[in-house]
Amino acid sequence: MKRSEVPQDKSNLGTANLRELCYAVDENGEYTTEHTSGWDPKTIALTNAIDDIKERVAAAKKRVLANETSPIEYYMELHKMDLSVLASYVGMWKWRVKRHFKPSVFKKLSAKTLQKYAEVFDVSVEQLQQIDS
Amino acid sequence: MKIDFTHHQSAHCENGVVSNLMKHNGFTVSEPMVFGIGSGLLFCYIPFLMVNHAPAITYRAMPGFIFNRFAKRVGVTFKREKFKSPEAAKKRLDENIKQKNPVGLQVGVYNLGYFPDEYRFHFNAHNLVVYGKEGDTYLISDPVMEEVTTLTEKELEKVRFAKGAFAPKGHMYYPVAFPKELQLEKAIVKGIKHTCRDMLAPVPIVGVKGIKTIAKLIRKWPKKKGTKVANHYLGQIVRMQEEIGTGGGGFRYIYAAFLQEAGKLLGNEKLVSLSSEMTQIGDLWRDFAVDASRIYRNRSTKVDVNVYDDIANQLEAIADKEEVFFKKLKKAI
Repeated sequence: MKRSEVPQDKSNLGTANLRELCYAVDENGEYTTEHTSGWDPKTIALTNAIDDIKERVAAAKKRVLANETSPIEYYMELHKMDLSVLASYVGMWKWRVKRHFKPSVFKKLSAKTLQKYAEVFDVSVEQLQQIDS
Repeated sequence: MKIDFTHHQSAHCENGVVSNLMKHNGFTVSEPMVFGIGSGLLFCYIPFLMVNHAPAITYRAMPGFIFNRFAKRVGVTFKREKFKSPEAAKKRLDENIKQKNPVGLQVGVYNLGYFPDEYRFHFNAHNLVVYGKEGDTYLISDPVMEEVTTLTEKELEKVRFAKGAFAPKGHMYYPVAFPKELQLEKAIVKGIKHTCRDMLAPVPIVGVKGIKTIAKLIRKWPKKKGTKVANHYLGQIVRMQEEIGTGGGGFRYIYAAFLQEAGKLLGNEKLVSLSSEMTQIGDLWRDFAVDASRIYRNRSTKVDVNVYDDIANQLEAIADKEEVFFKKLKKAI
């Protein structure tokens, strides 16, 4: 890639006033660095990944409201986690966390366990138990 | 307490931290040099592991490997510490800053407040340097940022003790012993040989063969998983290739920069001409990303299956080029 060809597309980096560094060759074929504000092919990929997460969050919310899963799954998706990441944050086995997705099990959770989840998700226990439609 | 530390922005965090710490100690080593000597270039597909609900593919060596290999090959000794308790981790960090010793830290990205929201994923192998503390705020030099930044005690503790794969566990490191004079020549040869061996490995998931395996999978995905999932997977490949830290073209441009620098240092003309060949291969990776993005631009619309074959062909062409390239590189050194 030539230095003059380093893409300067609009991207999410701009929101944080951030530009990243690219390696490119100058007119004499010497390697140098150049800032880039973004590149469409990767911006599209990132936007798609974000949309995908949003869809997962919305689907989880729907299932919580339909009493098919517990709010823990909703908050897990909201924090871009998967089962293994969440399990390591709360320090429990994956199967245990998965079991807590069951609304009937979730209702019987001890205050201590609820507190653990609430801390990881940075919400109060009340917020954890109640999800607004 | 503020240490006189010069922040240089780099493309990739691991090379950047090593390069910045070396510069602070009076040894000028560029980012591509660290990357090349540490044999950072790779292609690897990790079957069965899913990252962000897509197959795991990497264009670089495992986190920490570049760093270890570089230190070993140039003869710099690093002290590394990991901690069970956040209090102990904080205490050791504060002690070092008091002794005017800037340290590298491994951190998780998810709670790094100065990153744009969209970039905050559960990725735990990010690196930065702490070069001071004012009140309860740490002064941070994050190599991928243009300028220096800060984190509060609480924020820093959160990112140092992020959980999940590659959990940093407060991981802290800094150089303690240097050779009298930096001898890069031998280290460069070792680094290049290692990369050639990796890229030409007779394993179906690594190097050139790994690229071919992915090409095969790309042909299969739309039929087996449907276009929506196939497009998501494709998007992930491009993200791994081009996301912050790669310097463009899945690290191929950084590597080309390394070959150019190494060629001049060793007086080896072949390396300089191979550098421009690597640049062309990098351009092919960029073309692949552009064409792949045309497919995943519309996430779920029906796409003709032939377009997947087209980009799979492109990948196979790249793999063939890289195979020839690394065979030549092996002989050139």
